[in-house]
Amino acid sequence: MTETETHLQAHFADLAKQTHAARFGMWTFLGSEVLFFGSLFALYASYRAEYGDAFSRAVRHTDLLLGSANTAILITASFLVALAVGELRAGSDRRAAALLLAGAALGVAFMALKGIEYAHHFRDGIYPGVHYRYAALPEEGAKIFFTLYYLMTGLHALHVVGGIVLLLALAWMARRGRFTARWHTPAELGGLYWHLVDVVWIFLWPAFYLLH
Amino acid sequence: MSTVEVVVPLSRPAGDSYLEVPRGFRSWLVTTDHKRIGVIFLFATSAALVLGGVFALLLRAELLTPGRTIVGPLAYNRFFTLHGVIMVWLFMIPSIPSAFGNFLLPIMLGAKDVAFPRLNRASVYVYAAGAVIVLSGLVLGGADTGWTFYPPYSGRTPTSVAPIALGVFVLGISTIMTAINFIVTTHTLRAEGMGWMRMPLFVWTIYATSIIQLLATPVLGMALLLVALDHAFRLGVFDPTVGGDPILYQHLFWFYSHPAVYIMILPAMGVVSEVVCTFARKNPFSYTAIVVATLGIAFVGFLTWGHHMFVAGMSELDVGIFGALSMFVAIFSAIKVFTWVGTLYRGSISLDAPLLYLYEFLFLFGVGGMSGVALASPSLDVHWHDTYFVVAHFHFVMVGGTITAWLAALHYWFPKMFGRHYPQRVAALGTLLVFMGFLGTFVPQFLLGNAGMPRRYYDYPPEYQALHVLSTMGSWALGGGLLLTAVYLVAALRGGRRAGTNPWGSRSFEWDTPSPPPQHNFTEQPVIARGPYDYAREEG
Repeated sequence: MTETETHLQAHFADLAKQTHAARFGMWTFLGSEVLFFGSLFALYASYRAEYGDAFSRAVRHTDLLLGSANTAILITASFLVALAVGELRAGSDRRAAALLLAGAALGVAFMALKGIEYAHHFRDGIYPGVHYRYAALPEEGAKIFFTLYYLMTGLHALHVVGGIVLLLALAWMARRGRFTARWHTPAELGGLYWHLVDVVWIFLWPAFYLLH
Repeated sequence: MSTVEVVVPLSRPAGDSYLEVPRGFRSWLVTTDHKRIGVIFLFATSAALVLGGVFALLLRAELLTPGRTIVGPLAYNRFFTLHGVIMVWLFMIPSIPSAFGNFLLPIMLGAKDVAFPRLNRASVYVYAAGAVIVLSGLVLGGADTGWTFYPPYSGRTPTSVAPIALGVFVLGISTIMTAINFIVTTHTLRAEGMGWMRMPLFVWTIYATSIIQLLATPVLGMALLLVALDHAFRLGVFDPTVGGDPILYQHLFWFYSHPAVYIMILPAMGVVSEVVCTFARKNPFSYTAIVVATLGIAFVGFLTWGHHMFVAGMSELDVGIFGALSMFVAIFSAIKVFTWVGTLYRGSISLDAPLLYLYEFLFLFGVGGMSGVALASPSLDVHWHDTYFVVAHFHFVMVGGTITAWLAALHYWFPKMFGRHYPQRVAALGTLLVFMGFLGTFVPQFLLGNAGMPRRYYDYPPEYQALHVLSTMGSWALGGGLLLTAVYLVAALRGGRRAGTNPWGSRSFEWDTPSPPPQHNFTEQPVIARGPYDYAREEG
């Protein structure tokens, strides 16, 4: 069976059109995701305007080292995934699979560091909403700051978990020789999604670790 | 304009329509055929209309007399909340796009299916899951917040806000899936010769609607997710006792929910644009004007949400800007209304049920729209805010507009979808009952609101009773009209006279393929060699 027969669905004229549609669909979905996170960033901006001082002090309290390490981890992971797509394009499945696996491993490392951070906060009694118990920061504002912190990093972490599963599945597909130099659309789309996860973090990093 | 026919073979052996092939109930459950998915959505959203309608009848019955009539205040609050939630998210938002959009968009573009058929199938199951979650919330005790879920009350009410908000969030995911499919299909699967300015106007409105759904729904999803989390875990993002700001919720909510009225009305306008050409046997008065107005509504519609919050503590400058932008949207709507009327002018009119519904649409949308311009004026809004005047306004423009267009679509494309006729005289009686019922229900509400009756109140002073009685009687006529429609349409599904390929003599693309269409829409890949409304061409 030829490549076109395997992957081309009946309602598309040719494989190029189908791939274009798939990429376009992914970008459309990512546009929707941006608005999903965007509503939380809008809340962050509004509350920051309302509680400037409390937000500054709370940003100083979060762990800059862990946050920055996570930034480096995610950027590296994104780089590896981009390399993997390049390898698939060149036809080297095994190297692509290894790179995708490495990307997924970095995702797991990110989650581990995030877990350590959460554990530190819980020890301080920093819980979201009415459950907040940390007296060293001004209650007004800090409560909202940390509620948003948990919501935004938590939602992002859910996306990271989804991304890890996706990368593992793609690595498995690459290893089994499912992709060819001409057809590796799922890997491209998975890569796009993973880059979005990265980009969202690039905005979360200043919001919760840098801007004090 | 070229006079070459669309290349679609019209004859075919009997019994190979999408309804019959493949056979069996299971084949419907796993279908990826956009036509079957459209039909499934048509039945699902119709069921939602029945359920939402029952709550409407119940709450109108309660308002027949001051004080208690049939239920207590808490049950009444649950009735109007569920009426709103079910009608908005289970019926009106998906009614035209997910049912008729799914069925028609690929056929109108000359495509065999939507771009992502499996995603389309998933959208059905996600919709079903969302509906089940919402209904489980209903069984667990409902909610008493109104469909708007305003905090801080929505975070504290003992009723089941969390599952209902979560269910609406899931329904939103289904909507986004559909929107992605329609946008990509429109961009990538147009048949050869189908340029952008040759697309049927219904496709334009579905496309514009999809953009709104794609960009506004995630914001609503987040707002409702926060309400659900707040209710379940006391997060208090919008709760003043933990430093939150309830007004921010209103901004997020209306950033979606105002564009949402365009999600409801734009597809309705698309239906009207199709029906008017077929039943006046004329090309649209101006195709370009409708396209521009459609995109204008979709874009400016994103910038008007603040008019829901004129009395919620907004600066005078903001109020002025939102008021002016809200009036600006009305210009686009007016362009459309005049274009439709211009299309009817000196047309060759056939007074069938779809056109009767179109006339009703023009009246309800016109009156409702003009009352909207009045409401957009801040000084008047202060007087009318949260009264029955607003209830009557949005029921005229958004519900009246959407439901008459939905009924027009149902009566126009029924032969296309099921290959059968329904009894025309009974249908005409149904249109009349629906219209009289609608006016009977909501004209008194304009008067009540102007006289000061606040919305969502359980009780009222006896002076208001006469108008409330009128409104409740109107709701019976409206319910009766819809029931009659359901009865003859369901009967026509099996017993209706065979319709043939093009019973209305339309020159729109979708009537060039058999009714009901074969499994893959066309027997050969169509090539489009004419405009979408080819009425200037001589017969034969």
